[in-house]
Amino acid sequence: MKVAIITFPGSNCDYDLYKCVQLIGGNPEFLWHRDSSLGKVDAVMLPGGFSYGDYLRAGAIAAMSPIMAAVKKFADHGGPVLGICNGFQVLCEANLLPGALLPNTSLLFASKEVTLSVENNSTIFTDLYESDRSLRMPIAHAEGNYYADEETLEQLEEDGRVMFRYLGPQGKPTNESNPNGSANHIAGIINTKGNVMGMMPHPERAVETILGSVDGLDLFKSLLNHISASKKV
Amino acid sequence: MSSPQSRPGDPQITPELVSEHGLSPSEYQKILGILEREPSYTELGVFSAMWSEHCGYKNSKRMLKLLPTKAPWVIQGPGENAGVIDIGDDLALVFKIESHNHPSAVEPYQGAATGVGGILRDIFTMGARPIAVLDSLRFGDLNSGRVRYLFSGVVQGVGDYGNCVGIPNIGGEVYFDKGYEGNPIVNAMCLGLMKKDSLIKGEAEGVGNLLVAVGTATGRDGIHGATFASEELNEDSQSSRPQVQVGDPFTEKLLLEASLELIHSGYITGIQDMGAAGITSSAAEMGGRSGNGVEINIDWVPVREPNMTPYEILLSESQERMLVVVKTGHLKQVQAILNKWELEADEIGCVTDDGLFRVTEENKTVAAIPCLALTEGCPTYEREGKESPEIKNLRSKDLSHLKIKSSGYENIFLDLLGSANISSKRWLYNQYDTTVRTNTVVAPGEADAGVIRLRESNKAIAATTDCNGRYVYLNPRMGAKAAVAEAARNLVCVGALPMAVTNNLNFGNPLKSEIYYQFREAVLGMSEACKLFETPVTGGNVSFYNETSSTPIYPTPVIGMVGIIDDIKHLTRPFFQESGDEILLLGNNTDELGGSEYLYVSEDLVAGEPPIVDLLAERQLQHSVLSMISKGLLQSAHDLSEGGLACALAESAFGNETNPFGVDVVLQDRLEPIPLFFGEAQGRIIVSCKKHSSNQVLQTAKNHGVPCRLIGEVVPASSGFRIAGRTVSVELDIETMSDRFFNAIPDLMNQKNDP
Repeated sequence: MKVAIITFPGSNCDYDLYKCVQLIGGNPEFLWHRDSSLGKVDAVMLPGGFSYGDYLRAGAIAAMSPIMAAVKKFADHGGPVLGICNGFQVLCEANLLPGALLPNTSLLFASKEVTLSVENNSTIFTDLYESDRSLRMPIAHAEGNYYADEETLEQLEEDGRVMFRYLGPQGKPTNESNPNGSANHIAGIINTKGNVMGMMPHPERAVETILGSVDGLDLFKSLLNHISASKKV
Repeated sequence: MSSPQSRPGDPQITPELVSEHGLSPSEYQKILGILEREPSYTELGVFSAMWSEHCGYKNSKRMLKLLPTKAPWVIQGPGENAGVIDIGDDLALVFKIESHNHPSAVEPYQGAATGVGGILRDIFTMGARPIAVLDSLRFGDLNSGRVRYLFSGVVQGVGDYGNCVGIPNIGGEVYFDKGYEGNPIVNAMCLGLMKKDSLIKGEAEGVGNLLVAVGTATGRDGIHGATFASEELNEDSQSSRPQVQVGDPFTEKLLLEASLELIHSGYITGIQDMGAAGITSSAAEMGGRSGNGVEINIDWVPVREPNMTPYEILLSESQERMLVVVKTGHLKQVQAILNKWELEADEIGCVTDDGLFRVTEENKTVAAIPCLALTEGCPTYEREGKESPEIKNLRSKDLSHLKIKSSGYENIFLDLLGSANISSKRWLYNQYDTTVRTNTVVAPGEADAGVIRLRESNKAIAATTDCNGRYVYLNPRMGAKAAVAEAARNLVCVGALPMAVTNNLNFGNPLKSEIYYQFREAVLGMSEACKLFETPVTGGNVSFYNETSSTPIYPTPVIGMVGIIDDIKHLTRPFFQESGDEILLLGNNTDELGGSEYLYVSEDLVAGEPPIVDLLAERQLQHSVLSMISKGLLQSAHDLSEGGLACALAESAFGNETNPFGVDVVLQDRLEPIPLFFGEAQGRIIVSCKKHSSNQVLQTAKNHGVPCRLIGEVVPASSGFRIAGRTVSVELDIETMSDRFFNAIPDLMNQKNDP
């Protein structure tokens, strides 16, 4: 699996994603925001960080960078695209995903481990997860409050395109356990075609026992399996 | 020596002007002697900055020479941008701590943010990639609205900057005490990692090489910041807000990547942050270290405001700038690397052979001073030190009647758990990215020290910052020893061997004899402890003049200590692991109560003799615990500090909120319950182990000559918390305790701001 990891000026989780893709046996490659072509890759990942210093709005300037035209084209052709944290913000700003990420309701940066439900385990990013599995992984963001209009939210729910939700200690979403005020406790969503996913939590930081959780591994492995399988066909 | 010409509009040099520049008449005489003429206005500004306390260490240098700085593993000691130690496997660890107290007192967010920015640059200009940040903070009482404003601003500033650059915060400490009411302390420590052979220094090597300014253009911000930091704060200090620089972590991230790429490119011979005193100090220091001279063409320095004078350009502290020495003929390649990172690089001068710090404007010399006169030539002083009689009285206060209480132990215990100093600091570190870079093994609040694994080997790096300012206030020498001992103990409790120290000496005005006394005594205590623990001091920072309206802060010599865990599998945490495990206490309980959190919380009192540190016993204790850990005997290890045995047991029991336990502990000591439960006797660690290992634990302690005894057992959380002395037993349920411990700071911060 050849994975393009896009580095924007200000990205700071690019290296973590690189190591994570290597760990599952993938072949990562850094691409620079000024590049205009992706080359021959099987998937694209947009890392976390503060692209362009979060100036204007988080992800807004990155969405206009030269490489994003190529990423859109890749996504239009069904190529898998994963955006994590700032990457999710970029995908929303680039209209590859609906909605927006507002400042956390606390107005403070939120860094902690959260528990997530897997809401849809029949996508290329999640099919190794069992449906009742809850995942532990870190969040670290100031603008992770997912917002969309009522209609969009209803559509997302109806289509099963909410991928992850923040859970409380009893395994249910609660207002106390919602770390940023996200609508419907949403932590991640996918596009209608099922090839572009964005999420605020960091699965790439939960891939080794020594880091406290391995719950992010199956996400990357799901994608790897999907790509290996599609190559065999 | 070639005489610089006076510029039109330069003020006359008068005794008043000299004094406004923070220079004494005798220092001015020294300048006349060096130059053999009157300085120009520009030169006076340069001397003022370089001979300020902040840059020149004039009141501290002589004492600092008493600190141990050498060991076989020390690659770089004091004098460079940061200290460097050899950690094996061809790797070197770079680390340093720095203060930003004055800026944070007037503009908490930017003051703290730029403090983090500065310390990161000190690390990556050595060629190392920053891998972790720690912060050591002190504030007044959180019941004051102003203090809450300062606290939340500083925390957001520290957080936002590190989060944006993508460096995990792995620990530190914060204390709240009226002693820091108007003058908070903001110290930031950074650790970096590099291959040993990538080390680069801040030296202007190679005559004819180019001086290149990298990063943001120079503005009028922060002019005379170094001089500002060398004065006491007063009511007018708010008007100094324009002297506080504004940080841009986004540019910093680009500078970081670009600098590391430059260093590895081989096109440059030296690099240094333009920190305090900006272009002046970076150029003069780089010239001074190499024995060469530097020439700066002021017209070539990119500026962001029109009509800036040489004086302003030389003394600006605009952030996110670096000075790079580029090998002749390689400017284009260097610019290409920087342009890739959206940064500018401009030639502003060259390395010369005359040893002079020379500045020209339109081909006219406006300053010409020997580099060494600015750096090594800064006058140094040893001041008179005399203990303040008031503090002496406080220390001698008889506390014996305060040790006896007939009842109310439960409430005292809960009040201590809910004190801002002991309670969970989650409110703060939940604003710091602690897991970026995916190497953080122990994040803040998870153990006595932060731990970063090394991908290159089985080793891990542990780091901590420590200092109880109350102890130092009451007895500077003992308090400083306690700070070093606690730092080492914290490292040992995670299984790390303490290796080296960086220190941040925060004190009041050194010209006052009672302050100089504190400073001298603290350095002596630190020196003795660092020698015994074999943890040399590789650098650090001195911050004097921490006073508001003449009230000094508690003397606070913060110790930043780094250690190595030889094999990550030995990593040990402070939390109990299983019901049925046995709890053992190493070290002796005493009836000491001086300087304790108990006295502060229950009696509103800072008095008495702080706990005595027996350095030899401390060392034995630490060796014994490391030996237990390497034998795999321990389930947990936790250092005893503020709040004593009872609070340490509580932290081990439910500090890990996801897996809480209860404890059942019985103590046979013939001591009053107050000092027994809440006294802060030094040299103690509580450990837990499986039942079948306790004999080995006892034997290991015995072999090291360390007192050790079984005091109780880990029980399920539902069984509650019981600590019993000979006469008194305190029983509480875990939920009540945990609620106080975790919600104290959020509750304090949620108070409505008072006017």
